[in-house]
Amino acid sequence: MSKPKHKKIFGLMAEYDTAKAIFKACEKVRDAGYEKWDSYTPFPVHNLDKAMGLKPSILGVIVFCCGMTGAASAMLLQWWTSTVDYPVIIAAKPYFSYQAFIPVTFELGILLSAFGAVFGMLGLNKLPQWYHSLFNSERFSRVTDDRFFICIETNDPKFDFERTRKLLEGTGAVHIEEIED
Amino acid sequence: MAAFKDELDPISGRKVLVENNLTFAQVTDAVAAPIEAPSARWWAFFLVSVSMLGVLVVSLGWLFWEGVGIWGLNNPVAWGWAIVNFVFWVGIGHAGTLISAVLFLFRQKWRTSINRASEAMTIFAVICALLFPTVHAGRPWVLYWTLPLPNQMGMWPNFRSPLLWDVFAVSTYFTVSLLFWYVGLIPDLATMRDRAKSTVRRVAYGAFALGWRGSTRHWLHYEKAYLILAGIATPLVLSVHTIVSFDFAVSQLPGWHTTIFPPYFVAGAIFSGFGMVLTLLVPLRKWFRLEALITIKHLENMAKIILVTGMMVGYAYGMEFFIAWYSGNPYEQYAFANRAFGDYWWAYWTMVSCNVISPQLFWFKAVRRSPLALFIISIFVNIGMWFERFVITVTSLHHDFLPSSWDYYSPTIWDVSTLIGSFGLFFTLFCLFVRFLPVIALAEVKSVMPIADPHYGDHGDGHHHE
Repeated sequence: MSKPKHKKIFGLMAEYDTAKAIFKACEKVRDAGYEKWDSYTPFPVHNLDKAMGLKPSILGVIVFCCGMTGAASAMLLQWWTSTVDYPVIIAAKPYFSYQAFIPVTFELGILLSAFGAVFGMLGLNKLPQWYHSLFNSERFSRVTDDRFFICIETNDPKFDFERTRKLLEGTGAVHIEEIED
Repeated sequence: MAAFKDELDPISGRKVLVENNLTFAQVTDAVAAPIEAPSARWWAFFLVSVSMLGVLVVSLGWLFWEGVGIWGLNNPVAWGWAIVNFVFWVGIGHAGTLISAVLFLFRQKWRTSINRASEAMTIFAVICALLFPTVHAGRPWVLYWTLPLPNQMGMWPNFRSPLLWDVFAVSTYFTVSLLFWYVGLIPDLATMRDRAKSTVRRVAYGAFALGWRGSTRHWLHYEKAYLILAGIATPLVLSVHTIVSFDFAVSQLPGWHTTIFPPYFVAGAIFSGFGMVLTLLVPLRKWFRLEALITIKHLENMAKIILVTGMMVGYAYGMEFFIAWYSGNPYEQYAFANRAFGDYWWAYWTMVSCNVISPQLFWFKAVRRSPLALFIISIFVNIGMWFERFVITVTSLHHDFLPSSWDYYSPTIWDVSTLIGSFGLFFTLFCLFVRFLPVIALAEVKSVMPIADPHYGDHGDGHHHE
């Protein structure tokens, strides 16, 4: 691909044709000490996050907080409306019939947990992000079909066009290209 | 038995989930093909469904104009087909979440090729379900009274009422199912975006794909989110039909006031849901040529679940009678004798034949592996489970405590047209789904193929795929 030299380069992208190849390649890039890089796959390749040396997701903490907020506010709402704001005796039950308030408490806890899981995941992933430099590559469109990619970004402190390309070539890549920013 | 030989996975030694040694690209093509080139058959189904939807629009228009008096409701039977249909549709909705969440937690990898369509079925069934209590309320435009909104009377909903729990349970269930479905769709929408030949398609799929690019840093949070959603959807799905059963069980009516209702309703929901999944997927896999992805083994697994849950339902039918006798309560005993041998004996025995007897054929492997037999039995299951809700609702109500108020309930033409119309709504939505969205979760199916394993080939199995 020929392009004017003054264009800013986002990174070097290597393409692989099997899950096994990218797994081995990720281990090599990780061991070479790169920080600002990522791999791209059509499906979650088992343990590829470990091959890349990624830390586990903190999403669970977010969901726990959301779920507890949902459950607590549901119980609080039912307690306040039936004992403080408008107490009515219904079916000879106490004003604060907490046993009967469990279903709504449970459902709202679940609802807010689900919001936390989905919107927390999108937030951690910084999605939606409709533009990304990799979308400039024609070949990258196969990432959602059957190809696997690694991209090492130029702003990584260890990035060097010669050495990084050499490293990627040594990982069994079937194609390597520069990605415009 | 040589007749039932399946392809085996070279690594795990289990039956392969994608047959014919398809490559990833072939799987993508197989699933995307029906979306990219619609068939004449699709139009035929769509037009029939839309016509049935028209029946719903007319029925609801007349209902809103005239009131619920157009239905066959009478004094003891104030809960007629509207509640029967509500429970029927909500029950169908349960299989989708069971497949996507419960089977996920149990690491049942075969779920991957059926979960997308089942989740879609769940969402559309819950939409149909929500329709019935809404219109049955008589004044649907004030349905917001069920929500705890501050108002000029200073009043709040009665949080002790199972009907209010239902509002929270079913709407939460709908929202969570929709989110779960959408999260699963994101990578596949990106696939459709990247395959799109026209700008309209690229922009439409691209907008909903949110810029998904398959990054491993994204998959990390994505898989966590999926696991958590499965974890919370599992108790949710059990809670929803439990709470639906509370609508009946918390009342004092003989035949309804039983502690077996929650587990019995949940088992029935799974049973009917899998019935509807088979009704939809048996023709779909053939017409969309997806036999290599939704294999005969998948159908067989579903048949086994129907067999198990069908027996649970049969056990509940028997146990209800036993407890009615054992309780020594004459009202309870009468309610059950009346159910099986009273005015509605034909409904009761239709239910037993469809739900308890017909699934017994699934003991035979040849039946479990015959798509035609599965389809026919799935229709019986659907009919039987509709009758179950009819039997529970109507037989308990029509002969209540006071013999002077006893009455026979029969539906009017508008009850029938509303039920047919709800099928129109369901099938219209399902037709649109199969027309525009991948009916199989591509990313998930690819991840359970042997070639997706990073150790594929390490065992010297001699297979090489390009």
